[in-house]
Amino acid sequence: MHTLAPRPLPFRTATAMLVRSLAVQASWNYETMLGTGVGFSVEPALRELPGGREGAKYREALARETHYFNAHPYLAAVAIGALARVELDGSMPPAQIERFRIALCGPLGSVGDRLVWAGWLPFTALVALLAYGLGAGPVFVVTLFLVLYNVGHVGLRIWGLRTGWSHGMRVAGSLATPFLRRGPEYLARAVMGLCGLALPLAAARILGRSDMPLAEVARKSVLGPHALVFLLLAVAALLGILLVKLHGRLDGWRVALLIVVLLALHSVAS
Amino acid sequence: MTLETILMFALLGAILGLDVVSFPQAMWSRPVVASTIAGTLGGSASDGLLAGVFLEMMALETLPVGASRYPEWGTASVVGGALYVSRSGDATSALLFAMLGAMITAWVGGWSMYALRRLNGRWTKQALPALEAGNASVVTWLQMRGLAADLLRGFALTALALALLIPLTAFAVANGHGDSATIRAVLVAVAASIAGSAAWKLSHGSKHGPWFFLGGLAIGCAMLLGG
Repeated sequence: MHTLAPRPLPFRTATAMLVRSLAVQASWNYETMLGTGVGFSVEPALRELPGGREGAKYREALARETHYFNAHPYLAAVAIGALARVELDGSMPPAQIERFRIALCGPLGSVGDRLVWAGWLPFTALVALLAYGLGAGPVFVVTLFLVLYNVGHVGLRIWGLRTGWSHGMRVAGSLATPFLRRGPEYLARAVMGLCGLALPLAAARILGRSDMPLAEVARKSVLGPHALVFLLLAVAALLGILLVKLHGRLDGWRVALLIVVLLALHSVAS
Repeated sequence: MTLETILMFALLGAILGLDVVSFPQAMWSRPVVASTIAGTLGGSASDGLLAGVFLEMMALETLPVGASRYPEWGTASVVGGALYVSRSGDATSALLFAMLGAMITAWVGGWSMYALRRLNGRWTKQALPALEAGNASVVTWLQMRGLAADLLRGFALTALALALLIPLTAFAVANGHGDSATIRAVLVAVAASIAGSAAWKLSHGSKHGPWFFLGGLAIGCAMLLGG
């Protein structure tokens, strides 16, 4: 069930909240996590409370909003909008607002992590790698990545703020919206497909025409000029399978660092 | 590399390092962007992009999830791109040592972010009475102090990394005798394995996910065979 906002959030206030929400993690710490950032982002709306910036209600609300909070930074905008609405409505007891804040943490964290960190970010990064593999230049690759990523990023923050403000206390229902529910699943498939597509093309562009003796032998095989790429992808697949098996026990980048160190030592020592 | 150039890269590292967590997380700190910008500043956007593509593949497995400690690829990519474009000597050896320098910087960067978060925590604890009193200027001050400290962290890390790694890289490249083609092949295999395993770990649980991966791989390989 949706309720209408008592009045539209003034454009200037909404813009200030949106801009401030970009720095919601500026003072991130292990004690209050995003707490101070949420208070900082909600603050422009709290000025509308009776008594303004000098009023007791403003100070009480701001103190409350700087308490512990944790969520995905982009989807924290949903909480920022909803908390601003709840504070300005003034109909909810302080203890209930505190409970509402805490209740928002879990869903906004898990949905955001799956949608953005495990979905949208790798998806757009792989689009950039694919563009590189297809021969695109630096300006195109970087512009494509930044525009694509930030259409989703900024769009999600604006949607979050508006949704939070318009639904207030009932904002939890909006997390069942199709793009939040099904988006991660669709993105996961796209990430898998794009990864398979982008890796051979990017590898081929990096390698160019290798003058390794092994590459020369491989080139004479049925696989032709890119035989070395296929060979390396097979090696990468073996190492990748090992990394997947060791998931949770060993980070891939640490293994990569070890290999690069050994390669560097071999290069200097030989 | 002159002191002015190091300071210029350090400023870039500060701005891009800030983007990793503090502000605005628009992902201009991603390696493919950060390294390319560093390359452009150093005189070759294409070289910056090449280093960025390698680092991006390695960074794909890093999820910047809240409280976890992870390598910080923003300043690291500036360092990697700067080291690669400022090379003198064999390009592939320089790429190897630039990647090594970037990965070490990413590791140290992760620790510096952990230290910054603890520092933010200490500042917040000290400010608790003012926060409980609903003091808006203290809230703003904590945010600004966090931003400034992160900016300083990125600047110092980039400057220090470049000051240490430029002479070391130059020495290693001058004394490196590894086969260029082999080095490049190993780097590609390592980066591809990290990227592939990262995508698999993130997404294999999706419905038909492995088939999407194999389908993409088949199309990619077919494009190579056909082209």
